[in-house]
Amino acid sequence: MTPAGGFPAAARAAVADSQLRANLRGATHAIRDKRAAAVAEVADWEELREAGRLIKERAMRHLDRHLEDLEAAVIAAGGQVHWAPDGAAANRIVGDLVAATGSAEAVKVKSLATDEIGLNDALAARGIDVLETDLAELINQLAGDTSSHILVPAIHRNRAEIRELFLRELPDPGELDETPAALAGAARRFLRERFLRAEVAISGANFAVAETGTVGVVESEGNGRMCTTLPRTLITVMGIEKVLPRLSDLEVMLQLLPRSSTAERMNPYTSLWTGVTPGDGPEGFHLVLLDAGRTNALRDEVGRQALHCIRCSACLNVCPVYERTGGHAYGSVYPGPIGAILTPQLSDLESGATLPWASSLCGACYDVCPVKIDIPTVLVHLRGEVVRREAGGSKDAAERLSMKAAAYAFGSTTRYRRAQRLALRALRVLAKVPVLGRLVPGPLAAWITVRDLPEPPPETFGDWWRGRRP
Amino acid sequence: MVLGRVRAAIADVPAGEVLAFDRDGAEAEARYERGGTLDVAARLALFVERAGDYQAEVTVCADEGAAIAAAVGAACARHATRRVVVPDGLDRAWVPDAIEPVADDPPLAWPDLAACDGVLSGCELAIAVTGTVILATGPAQGRRAATLLPDLHVCVVRSHQIVETVPEAIARLATPIAARRAITLISGPSATSDIELKRVEGVHGPRRLELIVAAPGP
Ligand code: SF4
Repeated sequence: MTPAGGFPAAARAAVADSQLRANLRGATHAIRDKRAAAVAEVADWEELREAGRLIKERAMRHLDRHLEDLEAAVIAAGGQVHWAPDGAAANRIVGDLVAATGSAEAVKVKSLATDEIGLNDALAARGIDVLETDLAELINQLAGDTSSHILVPAIHRNRAEIRELFLRELPDPGELDETPAALAGAARRFLRERFLRAEVAISGANFAVAETGTVGVVESEGNGRMCTTLPRTLITVMGIEKVLPRLSDLEVMLQLLPRSSTAERMNPYTSLWTGVTPGDGPEGFHLVLLDAGRTNALRDEVGRQALHCIRCSACLNVCPVYERTGGHAYGSVYPGPIGAILTPQLSDLESGATLPWASSLCGACYDVCPVKIDIPTVLVHLRGEVVRREAGGSKDAAERLSMKAAAYAFGSTTRYRRAQRLALRALRVLAKVPVLGRLVPGPLAAWITVRDLPEPPPETFGDWWRGRRP
Repeated sequence: MVLGRVRAAIADVPAGEVLAFDRDGAEAEARYERGGTLDVAARLALFVERAGDYQAEVTVCADEGAAIAAAVGAACARHATRRVVVPDGLDRAWVPDAIEPVADDPPLAWPDLAACDGVLSGCELAIAVTGTVILATGPAQGRRAATLLPDLHVCVVRSHQIVETVPEAIARLATPIAARRAITLISGPSATSDIELKRVEGVHGPRRLELIVAAPGP
């Protein structure tokens, strides 16, 4: 899954692409500022974050029970549940379900889990035509691209490029100017006809409630409502880590997610369905529960918190590394800080092994994460794991020492903050002496040589944040 | 097989550990606000302000048939809307003379629903803090497709249906969810920011949302 040469090579190419950089910089800064404002409005934000963390931690610690409850509740509500140990199994299950309907096409809502397992290609190989219905996903699908950002996957394309693409690829684009409104209108007309005739829809899920069997999709455009309402058959592919024990857990997640993600008090549309509703919506509902490496991550007592992620993308937007390289350099459907800890674990460190070094450990991702995933600690832990495996037990002394130092630094908050400030000072030096990068051994050297080091901020994010709060 | 792997992966977790996060339990640092503090009037004012922030058109009127019908009529007129889907169970006094009501009974085919100019519905409840209206399959709200395919959605919210916070709303959804009614939370008209982060209103759902908030007179 990682491009040839791993993150360092891909990052070198991306850093050189100025269009991508300009778009990313504008985008990440715009979202970052809006998110901070949306969060500042909530007096009990820190309590909600802690509640979110606890809900996810406990859901993971008793995942077997919650999954069993979920299965029973979905079946009781008229749905069917399928278990997929890996991506190939999930693709086969979905393919069989679509084939059983007699339809050769399906409409689809953006879903990272299905991107991860390559569902669209697998279905295409069986002659099933899958149409992505999120505007950005449609753009990427028409262009043959992959996503560069969890939340705004076509952030690497500007409006002129999108207009050209639509004129070339849509059956009847009509007169089309470059305004986003006109471009969105063209997509609406094209997709409307496909929604009305669709027999099958495929979706992901933001969560599923174990005690009621209720599945939820959080979205903005309305294509999620279309897909979960109009077709006769709905197939939802969901990673097993998305289960929430109780309905009341939604009251926390539906506050944390929209503000962290799109910086809104609430996203335009959230659909919650419980099995099959007589006389309303699909007559058949299938929930495919996907492992595909999640149990690898679950096995690791430090790393398992990567499974708490609710895919808000806040950590991407504050990450200085992501801002410079964009999403494609990570070679994974999960880019940015969360990708750096999730991707290697999903593959049991088989791929993406350089990703834990794709970070300056500045800690900004931890500060914004709505479920308080301690990404820096997991990064350091995974670096240790990668080094341990690569050295086959006989670790290089210098590396061992550096890991120990990092472990010590992360052992307490004060020490962590001090280490951050030290790292900042070191960065300032490095920025002036780029050649120094080549002297650093191992994956870190490769990373620093492509970094085109930014002028470091005058204070750490944490300092700045604490200074801003009343 | 998947469950077996899950059990093996969490073998470190002690048996008998408390299962769910209990908000009212031991964790003081996780004790977020559940209930609201506003009185009825302030709650109503907050809802109107927040729903308006999303570019939903909000009209406040008296909670009586004629006043609601007048507000609905004005909303439809703003969008030159004539043929309007009216779900079963909706108070007929809310339907103005100027529109042509279309019943979704027997159920209309999708293209016929999409060919209607608008839909008039009630709601299950509304959230003041987020400016959200919540629909649930059933009387006065119809099935989901009816409030999705027409281009204009006129939704009547009665002031007693407005709760202040998200937790209050989720608590009230337990009953309709137990009855397997499908739930839709709507906060403004559909939108995308996928092209250069410029917000565009109205992609796939109704492009216009008109909220009629009916409140008892002073
Ligand atoms: S790790 Fe946290 S901040 Fe990053 S996407 Fe996941 S939930 Fe959001």
